[in-house]
Amino acid sequence: MTNVFKNDFEILHDDKYIYFDNAATTQRPRQVINAVSEFYRTINSNPLRGLYKWSVESTQAYENSRRKIAEFIGAKDASEIIFTRNSTESLNLIAYSWGLNNIKKGDNITVTILEHHSNLLPWQMVSKVTGASLTYIECSPDGEISDEEIISRIPSNTKLVSAAEVSNVLGVRLPIEKISKRAHKVGAVMVVDGAQSAPHIPIDVKALGADFFVFSGHKIMAPMGIGVLYGKSELLEAMPPFLHGGEMIESVSRYDAVYAPVPEKFEAGTVNAAGAVGLAAAIDYIKSIGFDTISQREENLCRLLIEGIKTIPYAEYYGSKSAETHSGIVTFNIEGCHPHDVASILDTENICIRAGQHCAQPLHEHLGIPASARASMYFYNDESEVERFIEALKKVRSWLGYEH
Amino acid sequence: MNTKDIYREIINEHNLHPSHKGEINDPSYELDGVNPSCGDKIKLQFKIDENGIIEDAVFSGSGCAVSQASCDIMLDLVIGKTRDEAEKITEAFMRMIKGEASEEELEILEEAEALADIAHMPARVKCAVLGWRTMEKILKENRRETL
Repeated sequence: MTNVFKNDFEILHDDKYIYFDNAATTQRPRQVINAVSEFYRTINSNPLRGLYKWSVESTQAYENSRRKIAEFIGAKDASEIIFTRNSTESLNLIAYSWGLNNIKKGDNITVTILEHHSNLLPWQMVSKVTGASLTYIECSPDGEISDEEIISRIPSNTKLVSAAEVSNVLGVRLPIEKISKRAHKVGAVMVVDGAQSAPHIPIDVKALGADFFVFSGHKIMAPMGIGVLYGKSELLEAMPPFLHGGEMIESVSRYDAVYAPVPEKFEAGTVNAAGAVGLAAAIDYIKSIGFDTISQREENLCRLLIEGIKTIPYAEYYGSKSAETHSGIVTFNIEGCHPHDVASILDTENICIRAGQHCAQPLHEHLGIPASARASMYFYNDESEVERFIEALKKVRSWLGYEH
Repeated sequence: MNTKDIYREIINEHNLHPSHKGEINDPSYELDGVNPSCGDKIKLQFKIDENGIIEDAVFSGSGCAVSQASCDIMLDLVIGKTRDEAEKITEAFMRMIKGEASEEELEILEEAEALADIAHMPARVKCAVLGWRTMEKILKENRRETL
């Protein structure tokens, strides 16, 4: 193994496997696994509750993670960070708690056609319950969004705009700054889904113009089951709780309760403290690699993979022609071969890719493709893997019974 | 059998050169089947005579090789059979996919028995059963009319 970027990832030490499904979930380095294990081995206790040493320490560990995340995404204060299970839960929290209480009939909600279902279904729900309209910002075949589109699809009655910073299908980065500028101009709240951007580029919620920003730990090398909701203080303060229960109260009487201040108000029940600790370790790790290195390696791998696909007759890829706007993601099809069969046959070569619609059915319809195969790479992947992948891809049609 | 062999020996031929793909003009029954995991959509059309015998049956629509081949093999098996027999075959197939079929059941599955190896591709079971589930629905839901 000559790729030093794999050193910390035990699961990648067996060169037999090529893991190209990083947009679904990344692998975890030993630093993250050790941090979680150390939490359980040395200070495990229910944070925020106990008055003894372990509980104090687990509370500190949990709150340190919150501070680290606030700093990581440029939040003003740690209390603007709410821990959730994942981006989906964060988006649902916004939809139920802010959406249902601030959006009414006659209002509009705008999303983009590039969204993952997790950033569509909560808004479909709000639209159905309140009677508000749901409007789509459309994109060109390579994922570009025009200024006219932004202006015309965010009309003056818009109350909320929600957009992914990076598409999980095309890998393209959306013009979030322009979208949020327009959203704010009409007085709407801007939600940014950072599930696919946080692993690849530095996040600054202020520069993005995000009133809410969400991301999942497991896509940036943290454990599964820990996610983040960032919200501006004034918004979070005014929102009612999403889940009710333990640890989110100040006092409770028989028929009433006074809720705890933000962020505890939104963290009912025993929290995933070990997950938060793992997320903090993942952030340390991602910083130690550096976003410059991450982008450079991803761009290089994307360029090689796209060049390779271009040499294969019957193969086509989607999205931008330029490798630097792919965020490690290359979505493709091989004529006559269903993506599920492509994935199954590549599995026999120990190559892991995703196939189907990647939770983005409306985008596939918009692009006019029934389904697609997706190779998504991260900084720990390397050129030899891309070469092996392309060699395998060349043989897919013959494995599926075609003569050429 | 490994995955590549399953494709080579069973799936590819039925997928690339299906015997029962197409549409018929005056079907007794037709029904769409959808695989929610990939959005694949097939349409089954059945012509069943007054004695309950499946005279003709075709499938159309797009899908992966596994679902297309499984559908083609299924129709090979049930054309010319009574709906009772077709239901029995379907039950046997579903049990086989779960690895629960008896030897007797495996026998009536003829060529479809080769799809037993799909059970080794758990991610693809939904593809393999798409046509069968759709046929099961046609047979069950339209039962009373011919009684």
